[in-house]
This record gives sequence, C-alpha cells and structure tokens, in this order.
Amino acid sequence: MNDAHRRPGEWSWWYLLFGIEFVAVLWPPFYNRVEPTWIGIPFFYWYQMLWVVISAVITAFVYLVTRE
Amino acid sequence: MQDVNWIALSIFVLLFGFISWLGFAAARWRRGDLDQLHEWGLGGRRFGTLITWFLLGGDLYTAYTFIAVPALAFGAGAVAFFAVPYTIVVYPFLFLFFSRLWYVCHKRGYITAGDFVRGRFGNRWLALAISITGIVATMPYIALQLVGIQVVIGALGISGTGVAADLPLIVAFVILAAFTYSSGLRAPASIAIVKDVLIYLTAFVAIIVIPIELGGFGKIFSAVPAQKLLLAVPGAHTTGAYSAYATLALGSALALLLYPHSMTAILSASSGRAIRRNAAILPGYSLMLGLLALFGFFALAAGVDKLPEYAAGFKEFHNNFAVPALFLHSFPSWFVGIAFAAIGIGALVPAAIMSIAAANLYTRNIHREFINQNPTDKEEAQMAKWVSLIVKVGALVFILFVPTQYAIQLQLLGGIWIIQTLPAVMLGVYTRWFNSWALLVGWAAGTFAGTAMAVAAHLTPAYPLSLGGYTFPGYSAFYTVILNLLLAIVLTPVFNAMRAERAPLDETLAADYLA
Repeated sequence: MNDAHRRPGEWSWWYLLFGIEFVAVLWPPFYNRVEPTWIGIPFFYWYQMLWVVISAVITAFVYLVTRE
Repeated sequence: MQDVNWIALSIFVLLFGFISWLGFAAARWRRGDLDQLHEWGLGGRRFGTLITWFLLGGDLYTAYTFIAVPALAFGAGAVAFFAVPYTIVVYPFLFLFFSRLWYVCHKRGYITAGDFVRGRFGNRWLALAISITGIVATMPYIALQLVGIQVVIGALGISGTGVAADLPLIVAFVILAAFTYSSGLRAPASIAIVKDVLIYLTAFVAIIVIPIELGGFGKIFSAVPAQKLLLAVPGAHTTGAYSAYATLALGSALALLLYPHSMTAILSASSGRAIRRNAAILPGYSLMLGLLALFGFFALAAGVDKLPEYAAGFKEFHNNFAVPALFLHSFPSWFVGIAFAAIGIGALVPAAIMSIAAANLYTRNIHREFINQNPTDKEEAQMAKWVSLIVKVGALVFILFVPTQYAIQLQLLGGIWIIQTLPAVMLGVYTRWFNSWALLVGWAAGTFAGTAMAVAAHLTPAYPLSLGGYTFPGYSAFYTVILNLLLAIVLTPVFNAMRAERAPLDETLAADYLA
C-alpha cells in the first residue's frame, strides 16, 4: 500500500476490513443454533462473544497499518 | 422486602463516600480554569488513551445497561444478546467517523454536535434541531440511571414509606449534582476508574464462581426453556426475529455515538489517535456486557424468582431484580456490597456526563445562539453549571413521581430521535454535499415517522414493516433513518436548484478533519 503520505482521517482501503464483522454478526442464520457447544455454552452465545475479540483484533490491525 | 443487609450496606456506603470525596477532589486533577466551558465541560480536552477508555466505557456501558440487559435475558432469552453484535459494530463507526469529528472540533473549538453542524452547514435552525434532539433524548436516559441506583438500594434491604423510601436516592443525587457542579467532567472521569475496576472485578468473580455453584454451563443452559435459548426461526413471508435482532443491533450502534454524552466523552480526549485506539480496546467492555447478559440465564438456573426472600424485590422491580437477587443468592455479604456499589457508582458516571452534555448543548447552541450572543467565558461556564443542576433535578423529579415504565418508553423514543441527527453529524464529517434545509426536512420526517412507528408498535422497538406481501420486523430507528437519508438525498438537488441556500456556508476546511 502506498500509504507513506496519507494522514490519519483520510480514506484507506484497509477500512473495508471492517465489513467482515458486520457480515459475521448481523446475519443471525449463521449462528442461531445450539451445536457445537463449548464448555456447555451454546454456539449462539460463544460465537458472538468470540467475534468481540476478533473485531477488536481487526480494529487494532487497521489502526496499526493506517496510523501516521 | 428482606431485612437490611448491614455488611453489604456498610461497604456500599464506604465506597460511595470514597467516590464522593474523589468527585470533589477531581477539580484539582490536571488543573484548569473551571470558569471556561471547555475546561468544565470537556475536562480541558486533556484525557489520554487510558483515561478515555475508562470515561467512554463508564459512559456508554451504563448501570442501567448492566441491570436491563440481563433482565431481558432473564425474561425474554436470546434476543437480549443483541447487545453483543451492537457493541461490536459500533466501533468501526467510532474509528471512521468520530476520530475525524474530534479533529475538526479540536481545531475549531467546537464542544457539541450542534457547534459542528452550525459551523459545517452554517444553518442555525439545523443546529437548533440537532441540539434540542440531543437534550430531549438525554433526559429520560438520565432518569433511567436512577432506576439502577433504586434497584440496588432496594436490594440492600432499605425500604420505607413516603419521603423515607426515596431519601437514599435523593442523597445520592445531591452528591452527584454537587460534585458535577464543582468539578465538571473531571469528576466522572476520575470516578469512572474506580467504578470500572469494581465492575470488572464483580463480573469476573461472578463468571467463575456462579457457574461452579450451579454445576457448570451445561447445567445452566439446560435450565433455560428451549424457546428462550435461541431466536425463533422466522415463518413463511417474514424475516421474523432475525431482522429484528440485526436491525436492533445495527440501529442501536448507529444511535449510540450520536448521543450528547458520547460526544462529550469523545471530544474530551487529548487526540484523535486516542479515539482510534479506543475503538480497539473498548470491546473489553463488550465482552463484559456479554458475560452480564449470561447472568440473566444464571438467575433463571438458580431460580431466584421462586425464592420467597426475593419475592418482594421482584414484585417491585420486576425482572430488573434478577441480577441483584442472583448476587445476594450467590455471594457473601461483603462481596454483595462491592458488586452493588459498582452498579450504584456506575449510574453516577453516565448521569454526570449526560447532564454536562445537555448543559453544554443548551449553553452553546440555544442560549448563546438565540439569547445572549456575547457571553464572557465565565458567564458561559456558569450558565452550563446551572443548567446541569436543573437537568438533574428534572430527572430526579421525573423518577420520583412518574412510573418507571414511562422513563423506559421515553428512552426508547430517545434512541429513535437521536439517530435522526446521523446524516448531518456523521455524514457531515465526510461531506458537505447535503443542502442544510434538505437535512432539516429529513430530520423532521424521520422524527415524526419514527415516533408514529413506535406508537403503532405499542412502544416496543420492533415495527413490523410490510412490503409486497412480506413482513420485515425491525427497529423503527433503523427504518426511519433510512427514510430521513433518502429525503435528504432527493431534496438536496431540489433545494439547491431553488437556491434556498446561497453560497455553501462552511467555515471548516478539508484539512481540519485530519491529524
């Protein structure tokens, strides 16, 4: 990426990575099920909790590659 | 109601006393001239990444959330978990839109969304609409924070009749009002640190101890009735619970950061970089909110609503009593004191920030714009301090004399109203393309249609939208902000052609939005 001269606040194509989390958590048919359970927790619950962590990692990544 | 729990009460009072002292002492923290509005109302824009994390965390994840989300899980089941996708998708918006907003507000000295819209679009009436929406949406939100305090005070076993029953709440509020008046935003910022340490401690102890007591997660979830465990699969010709769940999450995320108290905490950061970093670390609170939602199921599995000692609490506070009852049932008294103090103090932080935010809006965008255009710095700060007091007294009176249900319903409407400021505020940080009068028409139409939808849906969030034989149940705020946006897009070229607006009046420069 030719990001050497960009300033924070300008558009970056890396921002499209945020799209992943929108698709992953806003489409309930993906995760509205009980199996597979994890330590007794239904998939519905641990999947969405896992995405909290994944989305934070995505945001941290985007921050690091787009910072000044 | 059960007997007074003296050990828990003592610890609660001790911690409450400590944060009261802290709230007053905060006036001297990172000292600034509190006779200037940006010092009193934004803490001098001096908070770095870590303090901003505590402040925004304490501000966005309110005490009421911590009571109401598990209560919804307890009563309605899986749908309560919308709070998790909601607090996932909110952070890309924080990262992309609000860090830019921080830069322009910092460069131009704006302290409210109204200031920004006034500067960007040069239309005082649009700025007035944005500001009034902010104040009106905030008021019931403050009142709801008091419900959080009420529930824990009740759960500590304090009850009475008449004035005596309300006395602890009044005392808590007088303290809150006094330290907000004297210390401004520095008070909730310092208290947020204590509150968040307590709340994380409570959540992590509870997530480990209670499942062990109840025999593991497998046992807990098998106690949850099947229809509460998952979202109902939609029938024919409807998107059912799926679209309701997704639009509730997305719409709430779009609305959250537009609230004045969010804006105040965002603008008090010391840099746009601190905002971006927070978009990556604030999900720590989302994780905790997810755990707290599970506490609703713990309460179901423990069967606290069937235990005679909590019957009175459930009768008075309904499902909002689920988590306090669970804590009383599972923890020794001293830890109950800590957990309840976390919730009680957790109510003070957002309540303080909300009252400051409403005061900033009134002072800057109503009083200064329409009543006294040339106040001195000192007059302006003094006005804001008084308004913050009036706002809090209003919320207290509301909660003491009006049924709680009304506050909840008004807060629902508040979400529908505040989202209508999205085109002007959030899209405004990227584009000046919109005609300001088109934005105003869009705002009015969205507000009206949203209110009508909410009333038609009997003041529940999901409205069953019918199109071509299909039904799409969804969050009214989400549907109406689309209507708002479409109107603004269609009317912009029309109004431009009618020359409703002479030259584009924009005092901000493209470079203002960058670091």
